[in-house]
Amino acid sequence: MWWSVPFLIIFPMVVGVILFCIRIQKARKAIAYVATPAIIVAVIDLVVRFFAGGAVPVELYFDTETTDMFISVGEILLMLFVVIQCFRYKKYWISLLSIVPTGMILWLEYFGPKYNQQYHIRIDYLSILMCIIVGVVGGLITIYAMGYMDGYHHHHTEVPERRHYFFMVVFLFLGAMFGFVLSDSLMWVDFFWETTSVCSFMLIGYTKTEEAVNNSFRALWMNLLGGLALAIGILYFAINTGSVSFRMLTDFGVEGDALVALPIALMAFAALTKSAQLPFSTWLMGAMVAPTPSSALLHSATMVKAGIYVLFRLAPAMYGTATGTIVATVGGFTFLMTSIMAIAQTDAKKVLALSTVSNLGLMVACAGIGSPSTIWAGVFLMIFHSVSKALLFQDVGATENVLFSRDIEDMHGLIYKLPKLASFMFIGIVGMYLAPFGMLVSKWAALRASVDNKGILLVLFIVFGSAITSFYWTKWLGKLIGRTATNVKVKDITKANEMFSLTCNAVMMFLLCLLFPLLSRSFVDPLVESLFGNYYDAIPMKILYILIVCVLVVFAVPFITYFSTKDMKYDEKLAYMGGINMDNDNCFTDSYGEPKKVWLTNYYFAHKIGQRKLMLPCQLAAAAALVIMLCIVIGGLL
Amino acid sequence: MIDFRIISALAFIVLAPFIGGFLEGLDRKISARMQRRVGPSVFQPFYDVIKLLSKETIAVTASQRFLLVSYMILTVFTGAMFFFGSDLLMVFLMLSTAGVFLYLAGCVTSSPYSSMGAQRELMQELSYEPALLLTGLGFYIAEGTFRVQDIVNSRYSAVMFLPGFFVAFVFILTIKMRKSPFDESTSHHPHQELVKGLTTEMGSTNLAIFQITEWYENVLMLGVVALFIINSSVYSIPIAIIVVLFTYFLEILIDNTSARVKQSKMLFLAWSVTLVSAGVNMIIIMLIR
Repeated sequence: MWWSVPFLIIFPMVVGVILFCIRIQKARKAIAYVATPAIIVAVIDLVVRFFAGGAVPVELYFDTETTDMFISVGEILLMLFVVIQCFRYKKYWISLLSIVPTGMILWLEYFGPKYNQQYHIRIDYLSILMCIIVGVVGGLITIYAMGYMDGYHHHHTEVPERRHYFFMVVFLFLGAMFGFVLSDSLMWVDFFWETTSVCSFMLIGYTKTEEAVNNSFRALWMNLLGGLALAIGILYFAINTGSVSFRMLTDFGVEGDALVALPIALMAFAALTKSAQLPFSTWLMGAMVAPTPSSALLHSATMVKAGIYVLFRLAPAMYGTATGTIVATVGGFTFLMTSIMAIAQTDAKKVLALSTVSNLGLMVACAGIGSPSTIWAGVFLMIFHSVSKALLFQDVGATENVLFSRDIEDMHGLIYKLPKLASFMFIGIVGMYLAPFGMLVSKWAALRASVDNKGILLVLFIVFGSAITSFYWTKWLGKLIGRTATNVKVKDITKANEMFSLTCNAVMMFLLCLLFPLLSRSFVDPLVESLFGNYYDAIPMKILYILIVCVLVVFAVPFITYFSTKDMKYDEKLAYMGGINMDNDNCFTDSYGEPKKVWLTNYYFAHKIGQRKLMLPCQLAAAAALVIMLCIVIGGLL
Repeated sequence: MIDFRIISALAFIVLAPFIGGFLEGLDRKISARMQRRVGPSVFQPFYDVIKLLSKETIAVTASQRFLLVSYMILTVFTGAMFFFGSDLLMVFLMLSTAGVFLYLAGCVTSSPYSSMGAQRELMQELSYEPALLLTGLGFYIAEGTFRVQDIVNSRYSAVMFLPGFFVAFVFILTIKMRKSPFDESTSHHPHQELVKGLTTEMGSTNLAIFQITEWYENVLMLGVVALFIINSSVYSIPIAIIVVLFTYFLEILIDNTSARVKQSKMLFLAWSVTLVSAGVNMIIIMLIR
């Protein structure tokens, strides 16, 4: 009856392999257009069954000897693939990061101490939420990619045509993500974890340029390092307790069992690599070299959310521990520092990337504090962030296809040039940071919770970080609406499938902003309850009412004022230039009588707070914090 | 029986522009006296605004109007939220949303001076926002609630627990009110490097809207100053009024005795004061509670 579970994991992988084999454009598209809705239908089926069954956690697949064999084979294949790639590009040492953990896991499986049999799949609120995000947001990205990749290869003739490879990896990725969030057996979790690492490696290296190859290997070693930590954690946990159940691990952790302190710290470490926290942020920044759909996929629906997912699961066990404190501090630090770096960027995709890292930092901080109200906030951040980032990345990609630039400065007056894309961008940005929409509510809850938990440092990180976040988003918004003297509409060449995905995302964003109180009551509250075992009113009803009023006001006011002043009678004049205006608002006569062109730019302060200047010191500080964390935990065992 | 909170919110909506305008009139009068001038009547700001409203509309772009009106309505709404007694942190967050509309109103013209002023306004927001948010949190730490209504009814004045927060808040008040030395975005005198900054392209009705909104904003900010003082005792109200007037006088004094600083210095000063004063206060109060 739970056909959708194996379907969600296996079907995308099979589709991926088929897509790899088919080299006919049309046939490939036809298959993808059937496969994506099929995945979404399966997700809906899963959700419906889950709620029809009373929304109680479901455990499946007790006896899985054959499947385990397949997974072992898969692990060996992954390892071989990584080793071959490493040798091909002469990065020999990275192969060790794959050989060692795979060896450890295989040893545990076949030669190690016997551990208890258990159910391998567990479906609860959190995994349902992740499935919805992966299925819907990820699915839309694959539809978008169909159109985008055509245009991409049309413009980038220097990049070898490997679309069959690209779509294979995308679908493999989706399958691995489903497997990852549905598994309770840590052996399975580890396999899917490594799969996503390798998939992101393959996506980043797509163009095969030198930069792409270097960046892909950076992503690979950082994620494999996380995989190594995960494998050690699993091994330690299995040897000491005779169990490889994720739920058991957190249960032990909540009871305060000293045996699981190390596995939890190691898993948290692994999660930090995956969600690109400092000092590991550079791999996600490097991922920008890949075509836009893969950035969208990595940033919104898959990869980085996997790390957050693990931290949310661990959160109850991290509450009040040294691990939790340091994870929260690293997250808060990342939130602050990467948002500072985002100010200095003019490249839209880089701003988005840094803001992803920074928002993930906030989620990590929420998970590190580990109280029910922060998890409530974190889950909301995750939902909003997924949709909004998917929307923004796809939108910037589409804009780039038209303008041949993704520089924010070139987006001056975009609302007049490309009204549709610019309004989508508006929705995405506003949903990201403006009060009273989702993200801001989460900040409200996170601030209150960190005060309650006396996290002084964290409070300062969030307060300063959120002021800076507003700064870089607001200045971007200002660029979009700047009136241009020549209000020329550029021909929008965004393809129908790209537009479809963008529209869906924008509508989702809009609905999320409008309906989040409902979502809170019906889904997120029970989710938090299921993680912590007790009900907790994260955001009081009174606040919720105020919020609903605020949301309506902020929606309604600009609309009403816009339509009521649209036909206002006024005398149009030219802008003041400090000289005589020439024909339009583009030029003026300066004091020498020469024509001078007006050029407006935003503040960036790139020489003061650029990535080049700040990244390394920040990485060092964060790395020191992580070393301290591991030392404290290991020291506690001795 | 009508709820007192509704009366208070309505009173804000109706009276705030008059109080704000009157305070500005006082400001001009006192400033003039400080400069050994007679100065205009205290009602001059009202005459100015009425005159502006009666003029025909001249603008660079039509869309500036709706952005400014949105800015005004959202500010009024936020102020009403405050005087209604609802969540303080939410009030501050909403205030920054209103500020975004002001920024957009400056940018939409693509006029160099207006855009530059808007950018500077953004820097100002960046400078005062942390202190604003921390103030909200400070009240929560001291009183255990974000609700203005409950803070007003507490036994002790919040300033007893939050002297550092008070200092930080008064400091950033100068930035929020765009007074010298922090009048980065709208200079008082139009013959300077940024002309009239953010307001360069605002004329007639648009400028009047901006002016009235500024009055609302000032009353709201002074309301927060009063919130530091007011407690459940009736006697705290006159004291609060005195403190508010004194604070306002202090702003005028600073305005008249200082020259504009560079924005990097503004940011540095504001954040240092926020960290040292509010931050240290927060650490102490968290440790002893």
